[in-house]
Amino acid sequence: MASLIHCPHCGVRPSQEFSIRGDASVVRPAPDAADEAWHEYVHLRSNPRGRHREHWHHVAGCRRWLVVERDTFTHDVFSVTDGAAVAREGGR
Amino acid sequence: MTAYRLGSGGVVDRSNTLSFKFDGRAMKGYAGETLASALLANDQLLVGRSFKYHRPRGIVTAGPSEPNALVAIGKGAATDPNTKATVAELYAGLDARSQNRWPSLKYDIGALNGLLSPFLSAGFYYKTFMWPAAFWEKVYEPLIRRAAGLGRAVLEHDPHSYEKCWAHCDLIVVGAGPTGLMAALTAGRVGLRVILADEDFRLGGSLLAETTRIDDRPAVDFAEACLAELRALPNITIMPRTTVFGWYDDNVFGALERVQKHVVAPQAKLPVERLWRIVAKRALLATGAEEGPLVFGGNDRPGVMMAGAMRTYANRFGVAAGRSVAIFTNGSAGYRTASDLSAHGVEVAAIIDSRDAPRDAAPAGVRVIPSASVIDTRGRQRVCGLVVERAGFEETIACDAIGMSGGWNPVIHLACQRGAKAVWSPELNTFLAPDIGNGLVVAGSAAGRYSLGGCLRDGAERAARIAGDLGFPSVGNPLPAVGDEVDPSFTALWYAPGAKAKAFVDFQNDVDVKDLGLALREGFGHVEHAKRYTTAGMATDQGKLSAINTTGLLAAMQGISPADVGTTTFRPFYTPVAFGALAGTARDERAAPVRKSPLYGWAEKNGAIFVDSGLWYRPAYFARHGEKTWRESTDREVVNVRQHVGLCDVSTLGKIEIFGPDAAEFLNRLYCNPQPAGRQGALRADAARGRNSL
Ligand SMILES: [Zn+2]
Repeated sequence: MASLIHCPHCGVRPSQEFSIRGDASVVRPAPDAADEAWHEYVHLRSNPRGRHREHWHHVAGCRRWLVVERDTFTHDVFSVTDGAAVAREGGR
Repeated sequence: MTAYRLGSGGVVDRSNTLSFKFDGRAMKGYAGETLASALLANDQLLVGRSFKYHRPRGIVTAGPSEPNALVAIGKGAATDPNTKATVAELYAGLDARSQNRWPSLKYDIGALNGLLSPFLSAGFYYKTFMWPAAFWEKVYEPLIRRAAGLGRAVLEHDPHSYEKCWAHCDLIVVGAGPTGLMAALTAGRVGLRVILADEDFRLGGSLLAETTRIDDRPAVDFAEACLAELRALPNITIMPRTTVFGWYDDNVFGALERVQKHVVAPQAKLPVERLWRIVAKRALLATGAEEGPLVFGGNDRPGVMMAGAMRTYANRFGVAAGRSVAIFTNGSAGYRTASDLSAHGVEVAAIIDSRDAPRDAAPAGVRVIPSASVIDTRGRQRVCGLVVERAGFEETIACDAIGMSGGWNPVIHLACQRGAKAVWSPELNTFLAPDIGNGLVVAGSAAGRYSLGGCLRDGAERAARIAGDLGFPSVGNPLPAVGDEVDPSFTALWYAPGAKAKAFVDFQNDVDVKDLGLALREGFGHVEHAKRYTTAGMATDQGKLSAINTTGLLAAMQGISPADVGTTTFRPFYTPVAFGALAGTARDERAAPVRKSPLYGWAEKNGAIFVDSGLWYRPAYFARHGEKTWRESTDREVVNVRQHVGLCDVSTLGKIEIFGPDAAEFLNRLYCNPQPAGRQGALRADAARGRNSL
């Protein structure tokens, strides 16, 4: 995994300052969605080899939630964006 | 007496005599040498026992690849087990003890394992598991556990302190030999922020043992002049006693600085070791090359040593490995050791050369035996001769030390730590670093450019290119003039044919040629399988000496190229790092955040004994005057609560207030336990579950 993460608020910081929550691409289903949809949302996660978007929390820094897009194989980091900005973009 | 201190020579401080102890025996050495060098000077050839067969073992190398000379240094809680004597800097009052022997180094009962060796062959762990389980548990495992092993871990609290730091630079140069020094100078002169790190306590690398002159002065003086200029440059940070152990993503390097490992009483205000994380825009790997051992019968007897190590002991430390030294070589390097030893007045008994028509010049009067193989060594706890075989004719030659030289292998560990596999070079008969991009550049001997002049040029040129890439002026320097160049060529010899005794591949884990053959025969011929099946390369030296021979032998046994066998995976750490250094200051009460409830102060004032509950500190009981055990206090508290009332601080738990007419029914639907409706003022603890966990 990357040793350094470029936080949009704090600059280049060591990855040890962050805590990773997991897949940022899953979307919470509607409250009345089918059990299958909820099962998938709560329990099922893919483990991709390659590009992956994740929620990272800058615990030992600005404490903002970030979306980190990285390659799980080459360890390249493509982008780090504030979670709120991503949500706004997605109309959420 | 065999090994001894030469009357002159070496870059040790002969005016500064240091007293130290080995296994309780008082010895003397000089400032500026390693423990191994001082042990040799005191003719202490036997320094340890091997892992499996408890065979007597001596010093093999003069550096971090040492498989045998592992000792415990220090006293009581401050003991460091498994320290390599070949890198441990000698200091006054150093107290070292040999390991893995009982009752003593000289008379060791575990050596009986050698007699059991037919039953302890490769894969014996796996095979004995198939025996009745009870037999394994009751007989075999305790026996093996007692007999096998290295140093003992200290169970007391580590009195030393450690710290962690970050550093940033334009260029990190790993290794301060000829390549590294030239690179640091070239980059430093044009203004790059350079970190020059070297694991040795004295910088200069191979220059410290070099007899070739540079700019018409001794190589050591050339190194000192380079260092003097580097020290005067404000943009250069020189880090001696610092091992760069890992290369991580984003060109971050891990390094361990031994701040106070070379003093008898460390100062409290300084850490003993410092763990560095170094962020470097560019890096230059100038780690040099390692001489490979030869695999021949009886090659593990104390007194058998790397020829290059003998040269280092003689030229750098002023110590002769023996009075009458035989050299077994497959290339020119063996002749270089022979002539250096000869120049120091050490007798060279013979040069045994595996090649058919060597053209190297031997010292005057020294017998050269070409097209020959060493098939056995004589002696018990130290070598007293070897058996040479040529075309079926066997001859015993008396000697008290044997130098072996099996060619050169670049030290490329760091370059292979991030997934790229080393590449076989048929021309150089070894593995070279893979193509790993611009972040880390391999130079000098580490890149297979073995000549001294080539190293100086490579270091300067590559550093100039890096400077240009980073936008600094890319100024070339006039290169120093190098005297007589030596020829680094050799002819691969994976196995010296006709072995009449065990021919070891991995000394520390007691793996010999037959073990590798067995692995191949039983279907574990893949290099990663063979490693695990035989444990070759799995010892604390991580196969620094044995890995290439393991690959070469597996290839030769199958009649294929080493390129098709490949190497096992390189991983950090390059050399072992103490847990203390990895923890840094995050230990004891600083290992995790401390959380105190609002009642903490009150409880403390009332004599609470606290217990860790997650990160919280909660009162376990309140001891009163006269109560001797926790049970007495707890019993009193229990009786009091039953008869009167108790107060429990659960403020550390999460709380959700739920109210309204259907609060109980709401909880009923959330929880699997039914909630008693209508019970006012009652308390009940329940678990709440979120999406991901409890
Ligand atoms: Zn931040």
